[in-house]
Amino acid sequence: MATGIRDKVAIIGMGCTKFGERWNDGPEELMVEAFEECLADAGIERKQIGAAWLGCCFDEVDIGKSALPASLALRLPNIAVTRVENFCASGTEAFRGAVYAVASGACDIALAIGVEKLKDIGYGGLPEFSSAMGPRNYLYFPNATAPGCFAMLATGYAAKYGLDINDVKKAMAHVSVKSHANGALNPKAHLRKPVTEEQVLNAPQIAFPLGLFDCCGVSDGSAAAIVTTPEMAKSLGKKDLVTVKALQLSLSNGTEQGFHDWDGAHFVTTTKASIAAYKEAGITNPREEISMMEVHDCFSITELVTMEDLHISERGQAPKDIMDGFYDRDGGVPCQVDGGLKCFGHPIGASGLRMLYEMYLQLHGKAGDRQLENPKYGLTHNLGGFPIMNVCSIGIVGKYDG
Amino acid sequence: MVGITSYGGYIPRYRLSRMAIVQNMAWYFPVIMAVAGGEKSVANWDEDAVSMAVAAARDCMTNKDRKALDALYLASTTLPFADRLNAGIVAAALNMREEGVINADFTSCTKAATTAALAALDAIESGKKDSVLVAAADQRITKMATMFEMFYGDGAAALLFGKDDVIAEFKGSYSMNCDFVDHYRGQDKTFDYGWEERWMRDEGYGKIIPQAIIGFLKKTGMKIEDFNKVVYPCYFGATHRGIAKTLGVEAEKVQNNMHNVCGDTGTAHPFVMLVAALEEAKPGDKILVASFGQGCDVLAFEVTEKIADYKAPVGIKGSLANRVELSNYQKYTKFRDLITADLGIRGEQFVNTSMTALWRNRKMVLGMVGSKCNKCGTPQFPTMPVCVNPDCWSSHDFDDYEFSNVDCKVAMYTGDMLAASVDPPAIYGMVEFEGGGKAFIDFTDCNLDQVKVGMPAKLSFRKRHYDKERGYTGYFWKAVPQIGGGE
Repeated sequence: MATGIRDKVAIIGMGCTKFGERWNDGPEELMVEAFEECLADAGIERKQIGAAWLGCCFDEVDIGKSALPASLALRLPNIAVTRVENFCASGTEAFRGAVYAVASGACDIALAIGVEKLKDIGYGGLPEFSSAMGPRNYLYFPNATAPGCFAMLATGYAAKYGLDINDVKKAMAHVSVKSHANGALNPKAHLRKPVTEEQVLNAPQIAFPLGLFDCCGVSDGSAAAIVTTPEMAKSLGKKDLVTVKALQLSLSNGTEQGFHDWDGAHFVTTTKASIAAYKEAGITNPREEISMMEVHDCFSITELVTMEDLHISERGQAPKDIMDGFYDRDGGVPCQVDGGLKCFGHPIGASGLRMLYEMYLQLHGKAGDRQLENPKYGLTHNLGGFPIMNVCSIGIVGKYDG
Repeated sequence: MVGITSYGGYIPRYRLSRMAIVQNMAWYFPVIMAVAGGEKSVANWDEDAVSMAVAAARDCMTNKDRKALDALYLASTTLPFADRLNAGIVAAALNMREEGVINADFTSCTKAATTAALAALDAIESGKKDSVLVAAADQRITKMATMFEMFYGDGAAALLFGKDDVIAEFKGSYSMNCDFVDHYRGQDKTFDYGWEERWMRDEGYGKIIPQAIIGFLKKTGMKIEDFNKVVYPCYFGATHRGIAKTLGVEAEKVQNNMHNVCGDTGTAHPFVMLVAALEEAKPGDKILVASFGQGCDVLAFEVTEKIADYKAPVGIKGSLANRVELSNYQKYTKFRDLITADLGIRGEQFVNTSMTALWRNRKMVLGMVGSKCNKCGTPQFPTMPVCVNPDCWSSHDFDDYEFSNVDCKVAMYTGDMLAASVDPPAIYGMVEFEGGGKAFIDFTDCNLDQVKVGMPAKLSFRKRHYDKERGYTGYFWKAVPQIGGGE
């Protein structure tokens, strides 16, 4: 009988670069920057790392295939290094590999590192991905981009709950305003200017009904974590441990795309993965127990809908909770405290680890101007792909009381 | 009895006022002002001769059995492939049989449609075939500020020939062939090269069409007075009238050349005009049709009693009524790639198209054939080896399920300004089919502000992309939200 991951693995070090348009740094520099911070934080040496996982999504345009780019850049001591790719869940997948390795006893200390160098392609937005789903898909998939695919969700959501699209847009605008306010407090964030709801609503349209400020930053960056068992952490002299409480993944099986019972107003995968994660973590009332969240706000509508799929807002109630400030930094469950994908930025392979980085800082009381009062559980969430078929990962970390 | 058993037509919904061309281009070539009346039909950016032929062929086959077709002939001078059977793409879109059929392209000449029709009629008269579909389409690209730009329109028409339920009986034909080159388009050239207009009019249309029709009358012993309608293309208005005068045809018996409503649709035009004539015909009417292009084919038909029971499809009349004015001349020139607008680096990211993947998936991609689970009855798209219904998940137990004629409605949508598109925003979304099944699909022939969730939609076969480097046109289906008007 599976017992889950709860409290089997502790995070003993983390690092994260400043995200942004890092024109003068390649993926090697970004990885080394995150890794050196992470290594110093853990207080260990390179040679103590038993295995490593690299998360990176658009390998073809940034670092290339295999895990060699990480092994070479970080000068890892000829250990096992594995590259994982699972769209926007790639960073969390790298973390999951390292965590499972330690939990299984395969090694004492493992490294997870995520990186993405998106600003080497010469145009805005994510790299073109019309051929990324294989040659059959290329024959019939629409001429779609990420903002367009997620924008569809807003029309589906408005139709499902009989809402005026403009009212949904207002709630979406508040999502972005809140994240910009948080990002302004974060020196490592890509976008650091506060914005008003009026600015958000009047911004140029990217994909109806999403405007510019409904879309997250497209950034370069890297983040890393070093994990071990709580016992090993203690033997290394670590105190106030942050442990992994849950790690869950859920992937679409084609129902949303091809079966008529999907309403186009929620994420099937997040709905399922969150229940499994709460169970694994021993959380029974997430609205009360989750102290803070970093969710996959690639677009404002994604965050809005995700609040319901995480079972924190009731179905159809996310716009109200958002407008009530429930997810603001001083609200019931602060969301995107570090600025989120929206403002911290979204170097895909690094994003899952960047979310954990903020949770880790908050749990250690090291989040500076953004510090929340005595957080207990932090939830991270990634959503890769499109609403009609996607990869969802959820992580919950918290203070260790063993 | 042998003859026409069904007809179909397709005129694209965009119409460009000739005054718009004059306003933009008369400074360069004022002569175009002489024919500034009326409007021409303009294919959307995602249409070509093949996709328009599919539209007309589907229209023609509305109430007919596509699996019963013995042959499909496609006539056009603007076929996208020089070596790949273009008729085969149309046949695949119709999900025709692959076994025991003969498909062929008739091309290189604007009389190719009537020549294809004669080949079809020969086969049926000889008893070798029972049912042959002939589709004709042209989308000729013209230089800016030319008479060709003024005269040419885009369009398609299709005729089904057979023995049963004949609505217009074939009464005979006559052809003449001669290498009269009023215009030509050399290999690898985009534009027609035309000779002096006076010569085209007087020695070309004005002499060759009457000569062939007189030849027909002499051969068959029929008289020109026998005919209720005489159908022949000629975009020069005065010459069109002059031909009737030469032949002694009264003005009201001459089928309008459609210069005012869509322009000359090239190879398709004798069919387009014939379909327009059939739409108004009554039992007993005799119709004479002639074409023009390195000679002339003349065909005679007599409308039968069956036309009274014939359920008319959208046809030329219906597609002419589905009209949207294209007021932006620059947009038209961009649609035809006459001007260079930047598609951005995102628009460069084409890979080649996998012929192996296309072959395996040809029914799904070209025919919009999904599957229906034999166990739970769920229609589904795209096809997969395991049923999509989470309460079923049975494998390898499906029947083909054609979605192309199933009505659907818009479930979700967007208008995407980031996607590289010839006509931004790229509109796409999810549609749900009546009776089950969904598709994540591009939308076309609509404006973003007209689309709403819940709106009915129909599918249309369109160009998906054009790979300029390799000369490859990819096709798939798009959803057309059922809105009236636009622009």
